[in-house]
Amino acid sequence: MNVVAKTETGRALGDAFTAVRDRLPGKGKIVDQRQQAFEAYERSGLPHRRIEDWKYTDLRALMREVLPLAPAPDAAALDRATAAIELRAIDGVRRLVLVDGAFAADLSDLGSLEKGLSVRPLREVLDAGDAALSAQAIASDIANPMIALNGAMATDGVVVDIADGTVLTRPLHIVHVASGTAPVAMFTRSLLRLGRDAGVTLVESYLAGEGAKAYQTHDGLIVSIGDNARLDHVRLVEDSVDAFNISSATVSLGAHAHFNTFGLTSGGHVSRYQLTVTCAGEGSKVETNGVNLINGKQHADTTLFMDHAVPHCASREIFRAVVDDRAHSVFQGRIIVRPDAQKTDAKMMTRALLLSDDAEADNKPELEIFADDVTCGHGATTGALDESLLFYMRARGLPEKEAQALLIQAFVGEAIETIVSDALREVAIATAQRWLEARA
Amino acid sequence: MRALRMMLRKNQMSLLEVKDLKVRVEEREILHGLSLTVNPGQVHAIMGPNGSGKSTLSHVIAGKPGYEVTGGQILFKGEDLLEMAPNERAAKGVFLAFQYPVEIPGVTTWNFLHAALNAQRKARGEDEISSPAFLKKVREVAKSLNIPQDMLKRGVNVGFSGGEKKRNEILQMALFEPAVCILDEMDSGLDIDALRIAADGVNALRSPERAMVVITHYQRLLNYIVPDVVHVMSKGRVVKSGGKELALELEESGYAQFEDAA
Repeated sequence: MNVVAKTETGRALGDAFTAVRDRLPGKGKIVDQRQQAFEAYERSGLPHRRIEDWKYTDLRALMREVLPLAPAPDAAALDRATAAIELRAIDGVRRLVLVDGAFAADLSDLGSLEKGLSVRPLREVLDAGDAALSAQAIASDIANPMIALNGAMATDGVVVDIADGTVLTRPLHIVHVASGTAPVAMFTRSLLRLGRDAGVTLVESYLAGEGAKAYQTHDGLIVSIGDNARLDHVRLVEDSVDAFNISSATVSLGAHAHFNTFGLTSGGHVSRYQLTVTCAGEGSKVETNGVNLINGKQHADTTLFMDHAVPHCASREIFRAVVDDRAHSVFQGRIIVRPDAQKTDAKMMTRALLLSDDAEADNKPELEIFADDVTCGHGATTGALDESLLFYMRARGLPEKEAQALLIQAFVGEAIETIVSDALREVAIATAQRWLEARA
Repeated sequence: MRALRMMLRKNQMSLLEVKDLKVRVEEREILHGLSLTVNPGQVHAIMGPNGSGKSTLSHVIAGKPGYEVTGGQILFKGEDLLEMAPNERAAKGVFLAFQYPVEIPGVTTWNFLHAALNAQRKARGEDEISSPAFLKKVREVAKSLNIPQDMLKRGVNVGFSGGEKKRNEILQMALFEPAVCILDEMDSGLDIDALRIAADGVNALRSPERAMVVITHYQRLLNYIVPDVVHVMSKGRVVKSGGKELALELEESGYAQFEDAA
């Protein structure tokens, strides 16, 4: 089995699993599932640049240390987490909080759940020994090493069920906070199931408490959207600029289902978000959009795999990256149209704006089309701010940074505008604004 | 009273003084020692054939990057303009109406003008103008220039016709109330009706405190914006200056004679 040469980090991760596995939630079959997931991870170890999907995000080079699994947050940790959450509070949402990878019931809004909504901590589900659910939570997508590792190590998360026909008006907000206790690793996994004709808006935030710096977040989200159901999803990564965020979302859509997702990454030292979307029911519709706003030595990777498995589905991707200083942005978007998926309509457009000579953006759009009656297209551009526009704006009195800020806002605006909820669009605009102001 | 006014006029500093200006672009000298003095209330026309350096002069006054000043100076109210960033020049009261105004998708005209006006006011130590007050001001100016409200909601110059772009330049000129306006080939790309609307807008802004420098290839524009002084530029220098009749003379005899003179 251990034929792959391992780095020290890779080995240390193996040791870490061995050390904690008896303490991870779930007994019997779940233990076997974890072992299976871990072995799947071990087969390749930490991904490196010679693996095509990880060419631009060489975790073997980037991830130099293995941090201990976070301890359960104490009162002081919860206080720091609360302060961080309040700073980024969003009005009108039902907040579900994970502090240092553990569900924090006291910080979550669990009162008067709407009819048809069920929220349970993953730890509870695993301890209760729900075999079907735990198989989904632990053993999904184990062909991908980091998703396999996440499954093997997952300690907690939220399991949300929305019954058939239930349309929630109050968005759910899953907040991941690193309390800053010590440099620790967190492994969380959440599940969201929307029944037929159901609907919800889900916001996910990643935040750092005061003093939280070089922590590691490993997170996974598994979503199934029932026939004719709709999920609107906004994801905001505002981790500390010394932190790792290795996350994934695996989304499957039923017939005539609709998935609209927007991600904004402005935090994290190294972040990788692997989004896999499968149109499994005819007539489904997907919009995946995102923005990276990064500087310093940040590395932000969004890797999308859009799988058109059945006919008559549409997908749209708009991705924008703004890269300053020595930061590195990666967007990989692969659209696959399976042989049966006739009448697929898939378009992807990614653009990067480089604000410094040392900034780097890698855009890799890929189309693999096995059906003959489809409309597919993709485009990618990389460039600097237009000097002639900047001069015009400065000639009207705008200082250079302000002129740049207006152009950057316009550049990311096209992606941000795809957020359906007015309130959440404003949250994304405010997040981008904070980044621009910090730059000025 | 009259004596006092005379005295004031005598002591008044010129608004814009270009002294023996030499400018290079990529190793090639474009302006070879150009001088020009513009006083408050005056309208100067600068005429000349293509390639004589007219647009270079306007760009250097506004501070466009890419030009190397190798000699001479530009004073604005006695201050060294060349030491200032383009936005500082704008805040001091220098305005360039572009020959080809750029399109800025995603930045609404409304937002852009508000941000620019407030940036200028801030640079001058004045209070920012509130949204309602700004809206009122822009609406008045837009109405006088026949600019429909919905143009203000669109991206700056995006999808505007040639005439609309030029009117948008004049709208900004009226809004920012600069001391010196440089109009670079304002007539290019305009039909006679559009030209008349634009010229009316410019004439409405003429005042005893404000000066204008109208750069044009053709005499036609000067029928609508009548200058006090006309300069002929050729090969990077002013080769002749005179009254408004000089423009008419040029119309008949052409630029050839001056090209030889330079």
